[in-house]
Amino acid sequence: MSFQPDPRSTASAELAPTEQVDVLVIGAGAAGMAAARQAAGDGRSVMLVDENPVSAETMGENVPLHFGGGMTGAVRNRNAMLEAVALGMPALEAALEDGVDVRLGTACWGIYTPGPDIGWLDGPVAGLMDGERSWMVRAGRIIVTAGRRDMGLAFPGWEKEGVMGITAAQRLAGLYDALLPRRVVVLGSSADTLRVARDIQTKGCMVLAVVDPGSVLRGPAALAAELEADGTRVLLGHAPARAEGQAAVSALTLRPVMPDGQAGEGAEIRLDCDGVLLGVGSVPVVDLLDAAGCRMSFDAARGGIVPFLDDRQMTTRPGIYAAGDCAGIWPEKSADTTIAEAEGQRAAMAEPGCGVDPHLASSDLAEERMAWVRATVLDSGDACHVCQCEEVTARDILEVRPPRYLGAETPDNEALRPNRRDLRGLLGDRPHPDQVKRLTRAGMGQCQGRRCREQVAALLALGSGQDYGAVRPASHRAPVRPIPVALAAQAVTETPAMAAHWDTWFGMPAQYVPFWAVADEYTASSRPRHSSDASE
Amino acid sequence: MMEMPRGADVVVIGAGATGLSTGWWLARAGISVIVIDSGLVGWGASGRNGGGCSHHFSPLFVEEQRLWPQLDDLLGYPTEFRPKRIRLAFDAHQLELYGAAARNAAHQGFGARLLDAKEARELVPLAGENVCGGYFYDFGGHANPHRTVQAFAWAMQDHGGQILQETKVTGFRRVGGRIAAVVTERGEIICQQVVLAAGPGTQKLAAMVDVPVPMVPARAEVLVTEPLPLMPIGGVDGNGLYGRQTLRGNLAYGGGPHEWLEDDAVFNTPSSTPLMPFLAGRLATLFPRVAHAKIIRSWAGVIENTPDGRPVIDRPADPGNLVIATLSSIGFGLSPATGHAIAQIVTEGRCQFADLSSFALARFRNLESDWAEIQGWRARPPETAPFLA
Repeated sequence: MSFQPDPRSTASAELAPTEQVDVLVIGAGAAGMAAARQAAGDGRSVMLVDENPVSAETMGENVPLHFGGGMTGAVRNRNAMLEAVALGMPALEAALEDGVDVRLGTACWGIYTPGPDIGWLDGPVAGLMDGERSWMVRAGRIIVTAGRRDMGLAFPGWEKEGVMGITAAQRLAGLYDALLPRRVVVLGSSADTLRVARDIQTKGCMVLAVVDPGSVLRGPAALAAELEADGTRVLLGHAPARAEGQAAVSALTLRPVMPDGQAGEGAEIRLDCDGVLLGVGSVPVVDLLDAAGCRMSFDAARGGIVPFLDDRQMTTRPGIYAAGDCAGIWPEKSADTTIAEAEGQRAAMAEPGCGVDPHLASSDLAEERMAWVRATVLDSGDACHVCQCEEVTARDILEVRPPRYLGAETPDNEALRPNRRDLRGLLGDRPHPDQVKRLTRAGMGQCQGRRCREQVAALLALGSGQDYGAVRPASHRAPVRPIPVALAAQAVTETPAMAAHWDTWFGMPAQYVPFWAVADEYTASSRPRHSSDASE
Repeated sequence: MMEMPRGADVVVIGAGATGLSTGWWLARAGISVIVIDSGLVGWGASGRNGGGCSHHFSPLFVEEQRLWPQLDDLLGYPTEFRPKRIRLAFDAHQLELYGAAARNAAHQGFGARLLDAKEARELVPLAGENVCGGYFYDFGGHANPHRTVQAFAWAMQDHGGQILQETKVTGFRRVGGRIAAVVTERGEIICQQVVLAAGPGTQKLAAMVDVPVPMVPARAEVLVTEPLPLMPIGGVDGNGLYGRQTLRGNLAYGGGPHEWLEDDAVFNTPSSTPLMPFLAGRLATLFPRVAHAKIIRSWAGVIENTPDGRPVIDRPADPGNLVIATLSSIGFGLSPATGHAIAQIVTEGRCQFADLSSFALARFRNLESDWAEIQGWRARPPETAPFLA
């Protein structure tokens, strides 16, 4: 008898993607544009998608960047936004001439490839969505060029409007002319941060101060001098104590700090401002890659957690490639787009090549992130939410406290417990961020951990005496962009065959026979079989 | 790294719901116990499941129903248990199918009630005009898998039990017809008794002591929405889905096709495949009012199934101090009762409160060697040349 696959398994599942291309590129920045043009030039059919401009509503949800409510009403003008994005892509016209199918306002929520663990796909697929619909695309190769985002940093008041990521501010100011704050304080002094601060300053936004808890400037002194010449104060050895204001921030108070995060000497400084730009860390956007099962590793010289890539920019999942900021961020690469472009081209050609390596010596990323979290988050107790979506404080995380919605019903014999109420006592020497996430809900909310992930990792490192880089990466899950139920459902069609075999569980009649009616012996050939769903 | 203990009365292999519950029942009876796992507490299907506690077909059902309502107090940590279930049907066929639970429960003294469409809509605020009826089950319920599994772990530690995470078992030292020690990559643990409750890893570990336990692993997937206003009863499912509304308000639902896996792929599989949009379609029918709610993640669990999908809880003749326990893809909800039963088997030789004879390995005495092929339980071979060169 020939093998008959279990019809209730994925053997009956059918994806039927609505579109098919040789190469799908996700993200139309420098690397993505270069990859798309290279592939098109080689005669491939290419689709290049970019989620920007996202809708005003999506911006309000801090997707894909931490916009922090810092946008003007201009972001509601859809056509103007589309035009701005198109104008912001110098190579767009050339790409269109090359035959690249460019889709703006189109987000990718998941990528998947076949392998020994996923047998029911016949090739790489991606789930896409725009404002009106979602659909699946089958591609011969998927190149992810998803860029960067900003690390979040909790301090009392950081949930107020105007506290936002510096990359988000840069996009609003530079691309859309829609940055609401006019007087900002910048947290962070890396080369990237100083460059963007200067950029925003030249666009007419007043940069009151650049702040860093360290005692030396992290970026080039010349850049700081340019900022200072236009009125910016450089405040080293300081960290935010609190942001004030009603819904929106109206002032930021800084406190002097020592290198260990303890209070330093001197008075607090209060700055009247309507924006606080978080430039404390540029983070590669690896959500799609991680959710697809690509292996990740911590690499301080490449901006933190990055995909493991071979010399063709291919991840550990065949068919999936990464280039640009999501493959690694370092100062020289940020300053020179040709590095990202070369990565994109190599990913499109998939020929072994020689990438540019970051200068290892230049990176003190782990120390930098730890310093910020030591100076602000670590001792914040219950004074602010590290995870804004789920309202989880630093103390909740360090003591692995159950979430607040359980408050009243947590059994009250806590005092009798011998378990130490700290990370190590509760979860051992190497607390895993996913374990902490499950128990405290930090990172489980609507922003999908984009604002708290790095802070939680640093807190776990500080709370358990691990190195920052030794904390294992918290997982990402598809959909990596929130997608409405009805919209997601449009991406596929449940075929009559699937519907006929659809079952709540495994569809094994024997599994649900009540124990008093079970036969004494079981063989596969005499097993009970039903024609329709059998689980209950 | 936690210091490696020399020995214990009982070593439990597998820090899932079954293993940890067993460890907790043993520890609270004053028995020294070590639970060991190659990964983390509840990392397998015990922490990734629908959270249901309503297994009316199991001999452990009555004990399951007795324990859940008092579990928070017994453990000292919240499990988020909520009583009662509702199933919604969208055609006559589903309604008939969902009646089996009511009949099984009635057989054991538990009640259920048929709902017409109007009653169903009154009880389930997210239901819509398309519902044709359903059942209210006056039993069962649902709990938070993550929190429950960790609660078992902490409660066991409170009673002196130990947990060794990220420690792989590499073999067993056998003396005579018994296991004298469990061998790990970090050394041996001497013990009097061993409980093997390692989920999909159970088969390979049992084979090390020459006990064949037939099973095949598979992956099942669940989607999760953003938090929504709480329904009075969160344990609502149907339309071919299982799941619940969490106490935070998220909807977490699974169902539909599962994927059989070759066992080496099991522990490195990505979290999900594109089954999520199919689940979304089913969910939009179950709760038409959530069409605009956002899905914020999906995840998968790898579970093992025995040939008949029923548990094995058994004590082989050789080695004589081993209990093998696989719950065959339905373990979480039963775990408070399963742990109680296994602890009694360890300490008293048999379960005192339920007849577990139908869980014996002997039922497979004439099982075909190619049973998995006969049943079609094989991973689908990948298609050729799916990638662009």
